[in-house]
Amino acid sequence: MSARPIRVLIAKPGLDGHDRGAKVVARALRDAGMEVIYTGIRQTPEMIVDAALQEDVDVIGLSILSGAHMDLFPRIVELAKQKGMDDVLFVCGGIIPDEDIPTLKQMGFTGAFGPGASTQELAKFIQAQIAQKRARVQA
Amino acid sequence: MLDSIERVRAGEPRAVARAISAVERGGADARATIGALYRFTGKAFIIGVTGAPGAGKSTLVNALAKFFRRRGARVGILTVDPTSPFTGGALLGDRFRMQDLSGDAGVFIRSMATRGALGGLASATFEAIHVLDAAGFEIVMIETVGAGQSEVDIAKHAHTTIVVEAPGMGDDIQANKAGILEIADVLVVNKADREEANATAAVLEMNLNLKPRIENEWRAPVLKAIALKEQGIAEIVAAAEQHREYLRAHNLLPARERARWRAELENILQKQLLARALNGKPLDAWVEKIAAREMDVYQAADAVMEE
Repeated sequence: MSARPIRVLIAKPGLDGHDRGAKVVARALRDAGMEVIYTGIRQTPEMIVDAALQEDVDVIGLSILSGAHMDLFPRIVELAKQKGMDDVLFVCGGIIPDEDIPTLKQMGFTGAFGPGASTQELAKFIQAQIAQKRARVQA
Repeated sequence: MLDSIERVRAGEPRAVARAISAVERGGADARATIGALYRFTGKAFIIGVTGAPGAGKSTLVNALAKFFRRRGARVGILTVDPTSPFTGGALLGDRFRMQDLSGDAGVFIRSMATRGALGGLASATFEAIHVLDAAGFEIVMIETVGAGQSEVDIAKHAHTTIVVEAPGMGDDIQANKAGILEIADVLVVNKADREEANATAAVLEMNLNLKPRIENEWRAPVLKAIALKEQGIAEIVAAAEQHREYLRAHNLLPARERARWRAELENILQKQLLARALNGKPLDAWVEKIAAREMDVYQAADAVMEE
């Protein structure tokens, strides 16, 4: 029985409508062998967590450009925990100021990938993190 | 395990999602899950929605689900998109068109990648239908991959199969070919506000009329709809329900069910026999021999079986 492909939800919380980056990331992760569920723009935290729950994903990737990340991201992490998703990996991208990254890491975001980040690096990062998690579950 | 089965039956999203992951993994997990849930299945009305890429399947499923929700029925949806044969990855984009349903606790949507299965469904779609059925969803809709001409597996699993066409998809020779049009219990010409919609509907009607009439046989109605504007949806639901009634009245459900079990049994046997024949060994050496013209494929297959 081989390991299942890594399942990733890519979502855009908040009100900015620019999803080129999210789509590029979705495509890159697909090409890296992952199953990527793209849910589109203007998603509320509830919509994102419901989708992640139903799709039983390993990773939630959030892209945001509006600057509302410090309001929306904690809400999403909190909701996911409330609904029992305590093993999901959070990554984010878009426009995230450097000074917010330590706080986001504390919240549970393992990685932040802004403009200029390589999609291959992102894929490798996710693969390594999930491999670690899966090894821990088996141990 | 028992605890999680109770939670699946109560329709708890996390438990249902996990159970679908278990049947997708296959092996012992799938066995245990199906083993515990099977006796609770058999209540759902299973509707298949198929058609070419871009015909409007996801949008139609979205509109149908909203219609069923207004009646109070709980709706489970499985949407299938292709896995890349090159990377094993998949972009599952059907949910994107079903955002209206987001936040409704009476709807459960799961995107499935084909993971190598042909025929228009994912390799565990059968089993996932059981999970949703046992979880108490009265309506289970399955959206196939964008189907070409021979992705007809859905007809084996659904009670009623809806084939969606978009205007201008082809001439009457296309319509006369064997395959996807033959499995339609209901035919929908979507995007009916487009110019060629009437012509497409006429070609489909003509194709149906060429079929020899057999007494008491179901004739698929050809319906026009604009899924995006939710027009023509009530008529499609009515037709699907008439079809279900027809199956009941003519006592055809038992035969359909048996065809479904036969297909499912064959599917599982194929997987198990293949696993047994390969026994974890790679086929590379045989492929090399075939490529070097030392053996043909039949000889190689025999050799693998004997090994």
